[in-house]
Amino acid sequence: MSFATVFYALLFYAATAIFLIGVGLRIARYARTPAPLKIPTTPAPTTRSGVVLRMGTEVVFFHSLFKANKWIWILGWAFHLALLLVVLRHLRYFIENVPTWVALIQPFGIYAGFAMVAALFGLWARRLFVERIRYISSPSDHLMLVLLILIGASGLAMKYIWHTDITAVKLFFLGLMRFDIQPLPTDAMLLIHLSLVAALMIIFPFSKLLHAPGVFFSPTRNQVDNPRERRHVSWIANSEKPAASGSKQ
Amino acid sequence: MADFKTPEVKEYLEIPALEAGVMSHSAPFVSKEQFQAPLGFPGELVDNWQQVAIDKLGELLETNRGLQVFMDSCVKCGACTDKCHYFLGTSDPRNMPVARQDLLRGVYRRYYTLPGKLFPKLVGAMDLTEEVLDQWYSYFHQCSECRRCSVFCPYGIDTAEVTMATREIMNAVGKGQKYSNEIIGKVFKIGNNLGLPEPALRDTLEGLEEEVKMDTGVDVRYPLDEKGAEVLLVTPSADFFAEPHVDGLIGYGKVFHQAGISWTLSSHASEAANFGLFIGSPENMKRIAMRIREAALDLGVKRIVFGECGHAWRVAYSFLNTLAGPFDFLDPRYPVPQHICEVTYDLIQRGALTLDKSANDHRRVTFHDSCNVARASRMGDMPGGQFVIPREILKAVCNHYYDMAPDTIGESTFCCGGGGGLLTDDLMELRVKGALPRMQALKHVVEEHGVNQLVAICAICKSQFSKVLPYYGFEMDQIVSLHQLVGDALVMDSKQ
Repeated sequence: MSFATVFYALLFYAATAIFLIGVGLRIARYARTPAPLKIPTTPAPTTRSGVVLRMGTEVVFFHSLFKANKWIWILGWAFHLALLLVVLRHLRYFIENVPTWVALIQPFGIYAGFAMVAALFGLWARRLFVERIRYISSPSDHLMLVLLILIGASGLAMKYIWHTDITAVKLFFLGLMRFDIQPLPTDAMLLIHLSLVAALMIIFPFSKLLHAPGVFFSPTRNQVDNPRERRHVSWIANSEKPAASGSKQ
Repeated sequence: MADFKTPEVKEYLEIPALEAGVMSHSAPFVSKEQFQAPLGFPGELVDNWQQVAIDKLGELLETNRGLQVFMDSCVKCGACTDKCHYFLGTSDPRNMPVARQDLLRGVYRRYYTLPGKLFPKLVGAMDLTEEVLDQWYSYFHQCSECRRCSVFCPYGIDTAEVTMATREIMNAVGKGQKYSNEIIGKVFKIGNNLGLPEPALRDTLEGLEEEVKMDTGVDVRYPLDEKGAEVLLVTPSADFFAEPHVDGLIGYGKVFHQAGISWTLSSHASEAANFGLFIGSPENMKRIAMRIREAALDLGVKRIVFGECGHAWRVAYSFLNTLAGPFDFLDPRYPVPQHICEVTYDLIQRGALTLDKSANDHRRVTFHDSCNVARASRMGDMPGGQFVIPREILKAVCNHYYDMAPDTIGESTFCCGGGGGLLTDDLMELRVKGALPRMQALKHVVEEHGVNQLVAICAICKSQFSKVLPYYGFEMDQIVSLHQLVGDALVMDSKQ
């Protein structure tokens, strides 16, 4: 077994563990931290099902962003939708008997790959050339876009220029999932692609990518507007004192 | 009188080019020992202030889910960058909501995230230095906590929450704001923001009764501390004598009189405002809110109604039940609390008021949605009722009503420029510049429809507009209370 095979096997075990545990701990923290007061941005739904609908339009259509800025919306939404299709397309490398729907979306996944890279370039152009957005950008904000662009570009390069033995890659990942390490091809573009993906997984729980779980816990979007009808009880209601560290409710 | 230039009102609201640091000099007077102590804050900057601040931030992160999620979730997409009235009016990039948040987020990343500890430069993390503290003090007092940015954020990140948290941290290290903290002290000591003691209040209300009697020939009562009244009215103390606020109070009294509802004010809870919200202090906010519960119990009322006040209505509608509830001792047929506009609207719907619209025919009216009413509360039983109800009342009491541009009202309303604890003379430049977007929208309806009156339901908005309207070439008395128009249109009779 080659060094590359062992290295990438360990890398993906580590990256997966960091991703799952890191994001899991973060979600647990969000869930555990109390929401002291009712602060939905109004007008807000007055029922639980209304909140589900509101959250749905945020997560699926980026409704607030749509209201804010059509350029950021179209680029951001196109990127996320494309990313979703690309990820779904990749399912076939992780499932032994590929379901029909995964087979059917393969061509769309390819188009999505191009759309994803194009949208990312658009977002980066805004970050570079719109003065306000350049002002609020840290180096990491640029690097995150570069990382995603390189992941997309290296994937497309493998599809169209420097092919790899995709069947062997599939066997490698299927093997990883049952702790039976199979040889990984060592084409440069494949190794670059996989390294970048592992890097993304490792960075995820420590970066702004936490917006993905965060949006579901945002009290301005997930709270029901019913403070008069139902008393919201939190540590503020209970204690005379400011909240002690780690208090619950 | 001013050493700054009033922004030019153009045909359309322009997104300004950035002028970094142009407002870094703007900061309100720092609080002193005598104003800090009654609120439980240190009187001056404590010796180990950095550690105290970092610990306080940690405590807030653990006790406020919103703050924790907001610190992590921003992707710097830029959606909020052109949404803040203070940015639009000042061009200072630190007044872009995300840039303001980043003053705290940078410190959060430095002390509470792994990448910030390892690679601060890479992720925009920064040490909490004296310079950063000064920036906090300046720019977190250039946010009126109006929540306009939160409407447009794809994650609902609310800069108001970040501002409140940072002000709470600054109070914890002894760097409080004089204006807000002095006022809260007055509420604790005397009962209201203006420091009106009970005898002065009684005197003022008797004067009002005489005035209304002279005007209408009717004995409208403005009662104080009357046990057994049905309604406890809690209203901002500015309503007791400031113009145009007091005309609103006169209107409330006329509505109650015509509807035959017995009501009373309370000298114990003679203030609706709750500046504990502005400084992000839950303890002080709760202590202020408890006065209302105590007054309601003491006077044996059945309902609590709030007068025209924006942030007070937020605390009342959204927080009062949590802070001072449950209110199971009140009449369960009415929501607790109610807004005076809800009361008036219901009466109009039921046909209980006789209104003569022509009394307001000299007025061409537009309505300013106050930020805390628009984006942090509700009226009536449907989402958005806070926009519908005041407008329906206005259309019922006057013949000439015109809305300002749709992207400047409703949930997109622009702050008056003086909310969130900034209504102080030491921030005049900020207040004038921050009013630009609203003045621009107003100018448009003035030119288009000949509008001559701007109606508001918030004491801060009314005071702010009285002050800044002249800077933009309008008259200070163009701002009026909603219930002044109601009162003027009400056909009064002397029978109960």
